[in-house]
Amino acid sequence: MEAFRPRHWFFGLLGWLVALILFFPIFWMTLTAFKTEQQAYSPSLFFLPTLGSFREVFSRSNYVPFALNSIYLSLGSTLLCFLFAIPASYKMAFFPTRRSQSILVWMLSTKMMPSVGVLLPIYLLFRTAGLLDSISGLVLICTLLNLPIAVWMSYTYFCEVPAAILEAARVDGAGVLREIWHILTPLALPGIASTALLLIVLSWNEAFWSINLTSAKAAPLTVFIASYSSPEGLFWAKLSAASLLAVAPIMVMGWLTQKQLVSGLTFGAVK
Amino acid sequence: MPDMIAGTPPSANNGSVRVRGLVKTYANERGHAIVTAAKGLDLEIQDGEFMVLVGPSGCGKSTTLRLIAGLEDITSGTIEIGGKVVNQVEPKDRGIAMVFQNYALYPHMTVFDNMAFGLKLAKKKKEEIREAVHRVATALDLDKLLDRKPQALSGGQRQRVALGRAIVRNPKVFLFDEPLSNLDAQMRVQMRSEITRLHARLKTTMIYVTHDQVEAMTLGDRICVMQDGAIMQVADPLTLYRRPANLFVAGFIGSPSMNLLRGRVHRRDGALWFVQDGQPGALTVPLTGQLEKRASRYPEKAVVFGVRPEHLTAAPGGTVTVPAMFTIEFVEQMGAEAIIYLKADGRSLVARVYGEHIYKPGEPFAIHLNPEQVHLFDAETGSVIEEQ
Repeated sequence: MEAFRPRHWFFGLLGWLVALILFFPIFWMTLTAFKTEQQAYSPSLFFLPTLGSFREVFSRSNYVPFALNSIYLSLGSTLLCFLFAIPASYKMAFFPTRRSQSILVWMLSTKMMPSVGVLLPIYLLFRTAGLLDSISGLVLICTLLNLPIAVWMSYTYFCEVPAAILEAARVDGAGVLREIWHILTPLALPGIASTALLLIVLSWNEAFWSINLTSAKAAPLTVFIASYSSPEGLFWAKLSAASLLAVAPIMVMGWLTQKQLVSGLTFGAVK
Repeated sequence: MPDMIAGTPPSANNGSVRVRGLVKTYANERGHAIVTAAKGLDLEIQDGEFMVLVGPSGCGKSTTLRLIAGLEDITSGTIEIGGKVVNQVEPKDRGIAMVFQNYALYPHMTVFDNMAFGLKLAKKKKEEIREAVHRVATALDLDKLLDRKPQALSGGQRQRVALGRAIVRNPKVFLFDEPLSNLDAQMRVQMRSEITRLHARLKTTMIYVTHDQVEAMTLGDRICVMQDGAIMQVADPLTLYRRPANLFVAGFIGSPSMNLLRGRVHRRDGALWFVQDGQPGALTVPLTGQLEKRASRYPEKAVVFGVRPEHLTAAPGGTVTVPAMFTIEFVEQMGAEAIIYLKADGRSLVARVYGEHIYKPGEPFAIHLNPEQVHLFDAETGSVIEEQ
């Protein structure tokens, strides 16, 4: 029988506590979504579940176009990110120059700038280019937002691929593109997959630029949620139902791929 | 290994390799040259020759191979393959195939696909690819493993796949970068003989990098000994052993290493003697016969006296007796031979003695040597002193 170890118990309990705190808002949101507006204000755990809020959400606004925009946005920006990130990290991982490291750090440092600081210039640029309220504009901005993360993550995964295998391919007759496509990408696939998942999640949840640069045509689900916090007051049940509808697809995807996602995020940390 | 060249067309072009004034420097983060891995190398390798590049780690042998392969850019100098300068030619267009130290197989492909990859890229016909892969796989005993992935293979099998991947492309020049160093001792001996057989059959130029002098001596038609990015000597194995050009080669080739004693040439009573540096109990050896002629050019000058352990014998017989008595410090009994570590007044020598005689530590040991087998080196330059 295993000996009783207070330290293990303590950390186990702490872990559960943190997990519960993190999960609580999602749990409460799900619960509230199935309540009526009156019940939403009472912290009761026991009530008769209703789909009324969902019905109202569907009747008030059209969920599908928002969801489609979110799908276009996350897939489009992820693909575009890889289009730039894979060649860039290939170069930096296998043919580093003396500036490669500084460039990597500089790329990441762009993430430290508050978005609101460049809102005005970007808005004006978008207006001039006719990109306001367009999916392509939103894809572009999301790509720019996520590119540093995509480059960093693919760079980390590529560094784990033995250079000799790529050299063997080069001697075998592969040019750069074939080397990347036939050898590097398949070898780094677990890493690329988890990077892709992360990028999809990030684009799906992106709210700041979506809200500021779109209105109706190109609005994704984050705008859909925001439209429920109206000046007339908050309708918790409807807001929760809308939020649940917005996050449900990405939650299901995250749930199904969590093993991949976790192994990807901790890749290289432990050999 | 079954016959492999039946059906393998001989390389169309000549596989000679000529390296002239080859320099490779690596720069640091500020762009300043920090390491010169190749310092103006000149080397000619004949078509069909098996050339081994050998030297301690960091001597530039692998860099030289990678420069020939085109995997690194040349700082200056030229490399010719088949009479054509290939400095600016891509690795794939140099007519080479390379076998890497850690096999470098494509882990996500089967053995068949690993071997076929190069041919597929060369846009060969499917039938032709299948035929070539099967022929080479059969020759290398890989025909039953074609559907396996590399991770399901043993080290020896993986190295055979790497070999097969190189052979199937029918290159003008094979490049081997320490291909056996990841294998266990037994497998290494086996693969070594396979490579020898392979060379005998294919008669293709092979350039082989190793730090293992036994591999170098057993495989090479000629051996290029390197140190600090420079070539020390290029010669066939026996010449390297018998007539090392300098102290480095003398010390590097042969195991245990040659006994190298610092001292000077001294004239006494009309005869020349080698007198070891330091007192007391300095070793003195009469320099007679052929040695005398060589030493006569270095009167009272510093020299290094070299004699291989196997040329120090216990039995006198037409040889020079060294008037010094050594005692046996310890013995490494190998069966057919024994390596004996000798000591006298804080000086040590190593002798290799053949036969099954049992030597015990503490016993006296009188050494004899043959002047023909003694090497004298200029202590300043390290070059061998030869007869004029």
